[in-house]
Amino acid sequence: MPSYSRIVKDGLWDNNGVFGMILGMCPTMAMTTSATNGLGMGLATAAVMAASSLLVAMFRGYITQEVRIPVYILIVAAMVTLVDMTMNAYMHELYKVLGLFIPLIVSNCLPLARLEAFAAKEPVLPSLADGVFMGIGFTLALTAIGAVREIIGSGTLFADAHLLLGPSFRFLETQVLPHDTGVLVMILPPGGFLATGMLMAAKRLIDLKAGKEIKMAGAHAV
Amino acid sequence: MNPRTLIHAVILGAFCTGFGIVLAATDRATHDQIKQRALEDMQNSLSQVIPPGLHDNNPVKDAIQLTTDGGKTLTVYRAMKDGKVTGVAYQIVGNGYAGPVKLMLGVDPNGHVLGVRATEHHETPGLGDKIDIAKTDWITKFTGRWLGNPPEDKWKVKKDGGVFDQFSGATITPRGVVGAIRKGLLFFAAHKDQMLEVR
Repeated sequence: MPSYSRIVKDGLWDNNGVFGMILGMCPTMAMTTSATNGLGMGLATAAVMAASSLLVAMFRGYITQEVRIPVYILIVAAMVTLVDMTMNAYMHELYKVLGLFIPLIVSNCLPLARLEAFAAKEPVLPSLADGVFMGIGFTLALTAIGAVREIIGSGTLFADAHLLLGPSFRFLETQVLPHDTGVLVMILPPGGFLATGMLMAAKRLIDLKAGKEIKMAGAHAV
Repeated sequence: MNPRTLIHAVILGAFCTGFGIVLAATDRATHDQIKQRALEDMQNSLSQVIPPGLHDNNPVKDAIQLTTDGGKTLTVYRAMKDGKVTGVAYQIVGNGYAGPVKLMLGVDPNGHVLGVRATEHHETPGLGDKIDIAKTDWITKFTGRWLGNPPEDKWKVKKDGGVFDQFSGATITPRGVVGAIRKGLLFFAAHKDQMLEVR
């Protein structure tokens, strides 16, 4: 079993879902038009990942090798639907911002990869920790990409953050560049690839400087 | 049947049943809340196109169904005060750059626009999405106008010889919206009696 500090480091930096394993690119590209959107999508994914990792680790004694993939998909889909209905009923303002994209979590291969690579083999608590920190790492990555795209694309940072986090977070909303000076392409789909690529290169440069070995992307690196 | 296959079927079936029950329970618990939220959303978008001072009823409850020229059913929400219809609101759809643009149009009994709001669209951020009240106040320029101010053949964007501004870099979205409002007002003129009739 890997140590907890390893789990935290892997999730947040070394084996980060987006910049390390390069998984979950569909929501990464679609939902990072602003830092707030990236943060919201990341948090929803993190909740689903934590819950499904916990469940898979709890039931791993009963899930046979042959049916494990359908059972994993069933668990992720059930968690997503649960989050979707609960948010619609009790966090409706947030749901209006994110609602369209929550079903996308089912098609995100990051939760599935972590279930297969980690939760299926490890005890309950480390699996929960892996789900949580992989989820937080995913959230940080999406927020970073969103921030880069938003600053360059619309000149703001964390616009509409109060819709996601409540009125007390209005202080986060900043105008970085003068009005109407954004480079539109960064908000359009190509900007997603540009920002992700630039940040991925930056992470590898930092790793190289630190003398770390650059691993090829792989979901099974533990 | 091979006993191993049977075991797998039982395991998969057990998980499906278990999570099915969990989902059904959650649906039961959240159903009323979700319905309530949807109703609030509808009332919210209605209150933007029909000033609250115009009515003392619940326009969602006093809605009627009309059949459009295309044979579809359209729900017309009616604001009433002292038993008289003071305004109606219904959904209109324009052809945007990225699919349909859904709008809510409010009209008073004389056919004047009480207000229009885009309720659902997928227009390009920074270009076509200026029709959204959250981005610019362009959409408010229609308030108070009717077929006659400007005349019907001037209900177009400037580029097409009309009076309404398009956006720099985006003509298709405003063209679709202006066209949808023009058609919405024509629909009102054609169905005025049904809309204002109180049974």
